[in-house]
Amino acid sequence: MNPRRKKRLAIVSSVLIGLGAVAGLVLYALSQNIDLYYTPTEIVQGKKETGMKPSLGQRIRVGGMVVAGSVKRDSNSLKVSFDLVDLGPKITVQYDGLLPDLFREGQGIVTNGVLVGATLLEASEVLAKHDENYMPKEIAESLGKDYKKKVEQQAAGK
Amino acid sequence: MFKWLHPYANPEVSYNFCGKLQPWLFRISTIFLVIGLVWALLFAPADYQQGDSFRIFYIHVPAAILAMGIYFAMASAALASLVWQFKLADASAAAMAPIGAVFTAIALITGAAWGKPMWGTWWIWDARLTSELILLFLYLGVIALHNAFEDKNLAGKAAGILSLVGVINLPIIHYSVEWWNTLHQGATVSKLGAPSMSAVMYWPFLICLLGFSFLIAALVCLRFRTEVLARNSMRPWVRELAINSLRSEQQISCNSQQCHSNNPNQGTK
Repeated sequence: MNPRRKKRLAIVSSVLIGLGAVAGLVLYALSQNIDLYYTPTEIVQGKKETGMKPSLGQRIRVGGMVVAGSVKRDSNSLKVSFDLVDLGPKITVQYDGLLPDLFREGQGIVTNGVLVGATLLEASEVLAKHDENYMPKEIAESLGKDYKKKVEQQAAGK
Repeated sequence: MFKWLHPYANPEVSYNFCGKLQPWLFRISTIFLVIGLVWALLFAPADYQQGDSFRIFYIHVPAAILAMGIYFAMASAALASLVWQFKLADASAAAMAPIGAVFTAIALITGAAWGKPMWGTWWIWDARLTSELILLFLYLGVIALHNAFEDKNLAGKAAGILSLVGVINLPIIHYSVEWWNTLHQGATVSKLGAPSMSAVMYWPFLICLLGFSFLIAALVCLRFRTEVLARNSMRPWVRELAINSLRSEQQISCNSQQCHSNNPNQGTK
């Protein structure tokens, strides 16, 4: 390479490395704020790195697994309440509205609402979070419970 | 080391080379896309949770992967143009930008169409969706800069700098689902290790991905050739090409209309 090309390459690569470092630092500084949701554990114990906890009355998103057997529906209205869990403590969610197709016990969901008690969320939106595993029905059935357990462990470990 | 590449720095050689490649790329992509899409949309088994809605995967994921792939190719061309000042690299970057923008838009739109029934929302400002939207804006910015200047060298330089800066977005898009809590699920296929997908569903996906890749290669050839012609419109070889095609067009239209009036001046000017 002749000196002029070398110089241009040096300028371009140093600008890119500089910008990469800037972007990395910005993202690192923002890393807590880019998270879409809190997990139930983070609501009770605070975020891992900063110990930051949401305050009562704050509008937050919570993501977790719907605890099996915790879904209680009101027979006269759309009101529903269920528990969310990741690894540790549970959060109770109350919601009045339509649930997405994928909502079921053991499913990962993200819900948006106001924290009204230490572990009670008044939700205004419930979204189902799908995992990255795809398979036909027959295979899912033959894997059966082992598979479900594995998925739950994966989701909890994440 | 790159001696064998040197002849292709000549616009005419590159133009003819792409002209030879283009029909083959279109044929291969048609074969792959027909097989892949028919297999994926009609014969692949439905997902155990999502039912048939998951089939949008076969368009959404190739579009998203290739949108990022095109961006990387475009940024590499921009680097070659800025450092080694290959003029043709600028033409190829300008040819790739709109194709990449369209594939990004396809990924966003198909994703929204899947998100509504599955998640319960069309759009959410999570890290994956937002960074993908930024990719679309980067593409639009590059297209705008390519067209903002009369002087194509200046335009190529400005657009090239923007596309190089935007490369930072590519790892952010890819790792967004690992670094942060997002509503978007983690990677199914674009990761090390086995895909989180049954083989019966995975094979049609691979064929679709290949089909879309060849389609993009063919479209890039097509657009690259028109870019080369537009940028070299004053060169004798382009004029000759234009005159020849004008002549053959006239002959065809004369043959079909049985006209015998001769205009000796037409076509030579």
